[in-house]
Amino acid sequence: MLGWIDTLLQGILLGGLYSLYATGLSVIFGIMRLVNLAHGDLIVLAAFLILAATSVGVPLVAALAVVVPLMFALGYVLQSVLLNRALGRNILPPLLITFGLSIIIQNGLLETFSADTRFLNVGPLQGASLPLGGGIAVGVMPLICLAAAIAVILVLNGVFYRTAVGRAFRATSDDVEIAQLMGINNRSIYALTMGIALAVCAVAGFFLGARANFDPSIGPARLLYAFEAVIIGGLGSLWGTLAGGVVVGVAQTVGAHIDPEWQILSGHVAFLIVLVIRPRGLFPRAVD
Amino acid sequence: MVTSEVIVQAKSSGQRPRFAVTRATRASTVALVLAIPAIVALIVLPAFAGRVLLQELFYVFTMLVLAQLWNLLAGSAGLISVGQQAFVGLGAYALFAFTVIGGLDPVLAIALSGAVAGLLAIPAALIVFRLRGAYFAIGTWVVAEVCRLVLAQVKQLGGGTGTSLPPYIASSMVGLDYVRDLFGVRGPVARDIMSYWLALMLALGTFLMVYRLLRSRYGLALSAIGDSEAAAESTGVDVFRTKLLIYVLTAVATGMVGALIFLQKARISPDAAFSLVDFTAYVIFIVVIGGIGTMEGPIIGVAIFYLLQYYLAALGSWYLILLGALAILLMLFAPTGVWGLISHSSGISLFPVRRRLIVLGTDEKETKR
Repeated sequence: MLGWIDTLLQGILLGGLYSLYATGLSVIFGIMRLVNLAHGDLIVLAAFLILAATSVGVPLVAALAVVVPLMFALGYVLQSVLLNRALGRNILPPLLITFGLSIIIQNGLLETFSADTRFLNVGPLQGASLPLGGGIAVGVMPLICLAAAIAVILVLNGVFYRTAVGRAFRATSDDVEIAQLMGINNRSIYALTMGIALAVCAVAGFFLGARANFDPSIGPARLLYAFEAVIIGGLGSLWGTLAGGVVVGVAQTVGAHIDPEWQILSGHVAFLIVLVIRPRGLFPRAVD
Repeated sequence: MVTSEVIVQAKSSGQRPRFAVTRATRASTVALVLAIPAIVALIVLPAFAGRVLLQELFYVFTMLVLAQLWNLLAGSAGLISVGQQAFVGLGAYALFAFTVIGGLDPVLAIALSGAVAGLLAIPAALIVFRLRGAYFAIGTWVVAEVCRLVLAQVKQLGGGTGTSLPPYIASSMVGLDYVRDLFGVRGPVARDIMSYWLALMLALGTFLMVYRLLRSRYGLALSAIGDSEAAAESTGVDVFRTKLLIYVLTAVATGMVGALIFLQKARISPDAAFSLVDFTAYVIFIVVIGGIGTMEGPIIGVAIFYLLQYYLAALGSWYLILLGALAILLMLFAPTGVWGLISHSSGISLFPVRRRLIVLGTDEKETKR
């Protein structure tokens, strides 16, 4: 019984990480109906950028503080130079452009950093845990990660619901033509959106490297977890995405508890089950 | 003269134009005439060609089949899948199961493997069809991952590390002795010739199937669905059934190709059989560079891809970076691909699937009732 409680707890904490993966994807889809197939690779890219900064002596937290605006700028440029050219009713061009990007990033990282497994050294926090009594303990790093996931959603919701530019975001999301009539430049909104999404990717990359090992090839799997979290949560809200991340995380730890080889598989199966039972996710938006 | 000009001219001179709906063009007639000797040459090629050329052509044909099938899904039906490696892998594993465990003949096993892939495509379709557009794409990818992870659990087929096909299986292939005697070659060469013929057969069969399908009423239904599902539904197209038919049909053929590829490789592992890069990324690249949504595109695309692969594959990851960059540039500046550029500037269509209105001539207008 205690083992199951522990499994559930670890799953919820893992869900925090998956929610960080998924939040950027959710924002991009919510505002511009775009699916970024390079999303997972961008998270891994951020982790490598942080690693590179620390390897030249920058403290870890300062490295994160540098990489977040860097990834924001990358997203802004990516959207305005590449993806804005491929907007339109046909979904193939943006899909294939991001697919090409995914392959470029993966192989570029492979050339630059080799296929070696890396991790971000978080010092004494590495492996630190809080005992909760009864033999159950939670890792400090996973706990911080879940807190960060919640904080990111709070900040983004603050931007979207309490600022003028947030109103422009929501207007563009609701109806891009009407938003344009109201004087909103949808292309610059899209560029900002991609910037925000990649800034969140930087945070996700930090916790990816702080919680586990990474190498250039693991991006696509992160994309799939993120995607599953978004769909399970429904396209309604970022809190839904957090819930979706927790569902994937719990499904994975429960699967791993039964047989370590089933971890990834049971996450995917949980996603397919939700898709069959509730195709619009747990917290769907009224109109898509 | 343009059709509309004929109409105007005929009307002004009191005549009535006669029309016909056709798909044939002069270029398509020429293509048809030239195709027959080309096919015959390819069939008798093993009598002249060396083993290496046959192996290279085997690769080209299998990639061509995968490209034609992906093109049918994405270019015609708007079903953009990045999970076709699911059916390559399922077909391949079914072949190993039928031959190693079931003791069946490999050629029969290829056909059965296609059927297995097709059967499994039905539940897969029922799930992924709940997703639209770009989300459909990632959904198919998840399905492929599930297949990979499940087969990695099957210990009888080598689990996560994979297994090899015992040599006696490939050498027991039906017709192999006949080929050996016909060409006077050793067993392994005869196997390559058989594989080459099977790949050629699959390539021709797939091409004909897709061509005929696109020229049938299903082709019209598909292009309607590709344009707008709601509009297609409202004009009486059964959108779900049509999409399901195409999805299952491509799964059957993809499964057969997968079985053939891994019969030739004689070694299988989950990572190789469900490889995203080998069976989806390359295939998408071929279709996009050749020209999506046309019959000619995949043929040109596979030729370009083969040349790039031949000269640049030694660059390793730089080669893949180059392919990715090329695909992006193409999407931005020439989304219709090489064939799109050619046919746009010359108006040529070798394998036309589009219906055109042509003027046969003009009649005297009847004045009496």
